[in-house]
Amino acid sequence: MNRRTLLATAALGLGLAFGGAVNAQAMDKAKACFVYVGPIGDLGWSYQHHQGALAVQEAYGDKVEVTWQENVPEGADAERVLTQMALSGCNIIFTTSFGYVDATNAVAAKFPNVKFEHATGYKREHPNVSTYNARFYEGRAIQGHIAGKMTKSNKIGYIGSFPIPEVIMGINSYYLHAKKVNPAVELTVVWAFTWFDPAKEADAAKAMIEQGVDVIASHTDSTAPLAEAAKANGAVIGFGQASDMADYKPSPRVSSIIDNWAPYYVKRVGEVLDGTWAQTDTWAGIADGEVEIGEITEVVPADVKAEAEAMRDAIAAGTYHPFTGPIKKQDGSDWLAEGAVAPDGDLLGMGFYVEGITGDIPK
Amino acid sequence: MFGGIDPGLLIASLMVASVPIILAAIGELVVERAGVLNLGVEGMMIMGAVCGFIMAVQTGSAVLGFVGGALGGAALSLIFALLTQFLLANQVASGLALTLFGLGLSSLLGQGFVGIRPPATAALPFGALAEIPFLGRVLFGHDWVVYLSIASVAATWWVLRSTRLGLILRAVGENHDAAHALGYKVRRIRVLAILFGGAMAGMGGAYVSLVRVPQWTDGITAGAGWIALAIVVFAAWRPWRALIGAYLFGGISVLQLNLQAAGARIPVEYLSMSPYLITILVLVIMSSGKGKAALNAPASLGQTFHASR
Repeated sequence: MNRRTLLATAALGLGLAFGGAVNAQAMDKAKACFVYVGPIGDLGWSYQHHQGALAVQEAYGDKVEVTWQENVPEGADAERVLTQMALSGCNIIFTTSFGYVDATNAVAAKFPNVKFEHATGYKREHPNVSTYNARFYEGRAIQGHIAGKMTKSNKIGYIGSFPIPEVIMGINSYYLHAKKVNPAVELTVVWAFTWFDPAKEADAAKAMIEQGVDVIASHTDSTAPLAEAAKANGAVIGFGQASDMADYKPSPRVSSIIDNWAPYYVKRVGEVLDGTWAQTDTWAGIADGEVEIGEITEVVPADVKAEAEAMRDAIAAGTYHPFTGPIKKQDGSDWLAEGAVAPDGDLLGMGFYVEGITGDIPK
Repeated sequence: MFGGIDPGLLIASLMVASVPIILAAIGELVVERAGVLNLGVEGMMIMGAVCGFIMAVQTGSAVLGFVGGALGGAALSLIFALLTQFLLANQVASGLALTLFGLGLSSLLGQGFVGIRPPATAALPFGALAEIPFLGRVLFGHDWVVYLSIASVAATWWVLRSTRLGLILRAVGENHDAAHALGYKVRRIRVLAILFGGAMAGMGGAYVSLVRVPQWTDGITAGAGWIALAIVVFAAWRPWRALIGAYLFGGISVLQLNLQAAGARIPVEYLSMSPYLITILVLVIMSSGKGKAALNAPASLGQTFHASR
């Protein structure tokens, strides 16, 4: 085969491959690719996304080829990884961290026939980019309730990763619900500026414990804060984040937020297979099963547990919204009037603390 | 004082936070003094973290865990020694490859050990000494590895400065041809130095997985090896300065978290970048004035040695 026929064959092959996708026809076989910000073994965020990827494989068997890459830094490297994936024949690529926002949209522009799904994002610059997120703040409300009831020092802590709306939302929800059951509660926020750095996460937890904090919620990806809390021999409790983190039951881990991505991943890959995939912006919560509340252990008194479960059920039934007015902003200005619930737009762009939280959000 | 920060507790926790980088940096310092640039510190650390963890869990002894960590790090560095000293491969490329290999291999080895808690490493019992208000906390409230890390700095300083062994090691690092001509076994000395560096980095890694974050997770060292490499340059290849550098880096990261927890209104960004600013400053000061000699870099650093004459 000389070079010209080789090129012609390649061009024909490309034409066939892309032609099928353009017409959004059903496919016999699809390739689904996943990009993780941390290692799968973090037992937290990336681990849960990988469980979703495995569920896709399980659901479709031979019809879907699943590949993934771990530890992909947010930034220029991500763009290279995504380009490589798109070139290697991925039909749908899930980018599972907020920081991939620009890389996802940039690569999506170059590969209009590849579907991109960006987790926790908001930018959909091209028709082949969808975003999806989970209403973690619903779970934070339940954690806040437990924290407010359980704290003895009236100091509760929150390890923030980056000051982005998703995290700020969680902090506000956590604080509001702790304050509701315990007006004396004070919240300490420490920003780690990383998603995954076990040593630093442990140091952050340690710094808070040394200053009297006895309930720690974390928004980073590893189990290190729980490991640090465990050193206090029951004096400090915390929550599983992203994954159940059941190894730390019954204490310090007294409950958890579990991200269950599997239903969404199975659905979206299915839509690629039958050619019905379309751009969407999904934000599912407890009601849809995307956010699950892990078992509340016996360390929590029965009445507190019952209240927390009642709140979970009310949120699932749609009768309670964690951000229900009256709520004021940190500077004292009004945000939500009596009885009003927060519009999604306000939450997704949240850049302020609610009244009562001290400290500033880093820029 | 800012809010509720207790200076004693702060110093105590910065000493603990700096142990992994001190151990790794001292090991790398010796390696570089022998004229070898091993960029695989991160890989050796994480191998030490996983091997130490496995050893501690299997035997139930944290002390044996540290031995396992040292062996794991040294075993990985042996690959580097083989590549660079016998096959004369490029040191920079081999070192980087070592890091990538170590990260992957540790993840594989650690598969069955996720979510297990290792045996605890308790603080040494100093009895009444630990009750002294400020000093007790700072000086007598630690586990044995903290003291070992400081002792290793002192020992390295003494060996490099005052012993024949140190003189030979430095001779090899400054001018390997001359050392060879004098009859010293350049290759053997370098291999031993590399093994020492691997063992120290491995112990540093084991400290992360056994004490600082008592658990195994993929990628647990999260870049500590690179900081150790930077500290060696920061320290101008001198042991005590490496200790200061490690406390500076470890201290600032602990301090900024404590300041946040105490609610101090200092922008986090300034504190996070301050160690790097100081590094740049130190490098500028050292490289100006008396000239490059003040930088003190071993003259044969990174050069391949082949006994052709």
